[in-house]
Amino acid sequence: MSSIYVIVEHFKGSVEDITFEMLGKAKELGDVTAVLIGNKALASDLGAAAKVITVDAPELSEFNPEAYLKTVNEVVSNGDADMVMVGNTSMGMDIAAGLSVAQNIPLVAYASQMQADSVTSQLYGGKVNVESAVSGKCVVSVLPGSFPADAGRADGAPAVEEMAAPDFSGVKVKFRKLIEPEGGDVDITTQDVLVSAGRGIQSDENIPLVEELAAKLGGAVSCSRPIVDNKWLGKTRQVGKSGLKVKPKLYLTLGISGAPEHIEGMKEADLIIAVNTDPNAPIFDYAHYGCTADLFDLIPALSSKL
Amino acid sequence: MNIVVPIKQVPDLVEELEIDGSGKDLNREWLKYKVNEFDDHALEEALLYKEANGGTVTAIVLDSDGIDKVLHTAAAKGADKVVKITGDFGDSVSSHTAGKAMADAIQSLGFDIVMTGVQAVDDRDGQLAGIIANHLNTPNINVVTGVTKDGDNLVVQKEYGGGVVAEFEVATPVVVGVQAARETPRYIPVAKIRKASRGINIEEIAGSMDGSAGSDVSRMFKPEGGQGAEMLGDDAEAAAAKIIEILKEKGIK
Repeated sequence: MSSIYVIVEHFKGSVEDITFEMLGKAKELGDVTAVLIGNKALASDLGAAAKVITVDAPELSEFNPEAYLKTVNEVVSNGDADMVMVGNTSMGMDIAAGLSVAQNIPLVAYASQMQADSVTSQLYGGKVNVESAVSGKCVVSVLPGSFPADAGRADGAPAVEEMAAPDFSGVKVKFRKLIEPEGGDVDITTQDVLVSAGRGIQSDENIPLVEELAAKLGGAVSCSRPIVDNKWLGKTRQVGKSGLKVKPKLYLTLGISGAPEHIEGMKEADLIIAVNTDPNAPIFDYAHYGCTADLFDLIPALSSKL
Repeated sequence: MNIVVPIKQVPDLVEELEIDGSGKDLNREWLKYKVNEFDDHALEEALLYKEANGGTVTAIVLDSDGIDKVLHTAAAKGADKVVKITGDFGDSVSSHTAGKAMADAIQSLGFDIVMTGVQAVDDRDGQLAGIIANHLNTPNINVVTGVTKDGDNLVVQKEYGGGVVAEFEVATPVVVGVQAARETPRYIPVAKIRKASRGINIEEIAGSMDGSAGSDVSRMFKPEGGQGAEMLGDDAEAAAAKIIEILKEKGIK
């Protein structure tokens, strides 16, 4: 059996789902060691692993891109990992590529399927899958939502090994604070109906059209990342990886192609209806109903019937 | 402050993507390329930083077809210097090879901050920022939504999930992977790009070719449709009528 190290991601005292997804998958593929940095109390949640390596230090109490990478690199250098699994997440992105270069071992990113000898990456906005052969020591960064998290939640008493922290005297990155999202706006996570705008909406001048339709449906407007990056809507409205996870009764998408980062935030919705002129848009793989009409024709057609 | 901004082109996903005869790459013959949108945000953030605090912005690319226009656009937007790394990199260059070539060139140019896009649609073997940073032996922060100055240090905002942002302080040099600039990337009319193309000299640096720590593609394929949506067609009136029917059936409207 190969030895697989799973880099545990935790935030505000809880282990994140991506970690359980990775633990579950890793168990199928080999002997699992969880690498838990900065909060050893969480070791008891990692029953799916055979072993937990903990590293603690004041510099590790909050996530720190530089200190965490240095620590992971040290753990991997001292260990016997054949494969290191990292989340393709905000924290994981600060580790995976750097670890690959520091260890001089291959990295396969955006992994959505994994076998003992191959890893499949979801690329090109979810339009093409790319399979990479893996043999020997490597790093794999896993797209959240790819594997069932429940498979990695297990009772158990893994052996816990405490490792000394590396020397952080040269570390230049300092954590300052967390900034919570501003309140006051509509909470899209509690809405029954969301009408979600994507790049296909073309201009901020068209946002009122979407708002009007949402109002008629008794819901609120949400959106995909490009809309927020362009400042057409606020961050509080963003669904997906770096936004919010939603599970409304109806999720109606207008001009959203369905990049994996977006899908992650909305695929649990009860009813998904997708509108996109590109019949090959990945969103149609996840929607219950799809429509390839021009959204600027569909919005008035729908509105007039409500 | 010298800010260096690595920029790359990626296939335009508006176009249909086809897989070539080898089954290991895209059919690139008719592929349309566009600037990686995150690199566009990185350039914007670099220009915003320069406008507030002074310094220079250098845009840097690996040589490929049509890349000069990317550099002309960067110059028209406000980049002080544009650099092309020459070499036979090809269109499907790996992140590890690109990152090493970028790092070597950036080292020779000198830098305080490297700002590049947090990711690209085709970076199968990892995001460029982390690779460049480790070759340059500097810290790396990704998913960045703002870089500002505080005394001698930088304040870097990094996005977590759920809209939470972490704020870090760091001394330069540093490499950041930009998710979104503080402002929408500026738009530059074609006439201004054309003007810039006449006024700016593209500096060339011979690239290093080192693909170590890469991994090999064994197969490329279109994802299986899964369950897939029941399609309601492309006629807006008919589709709208069906959608209303479905909503009524589900008790939503």
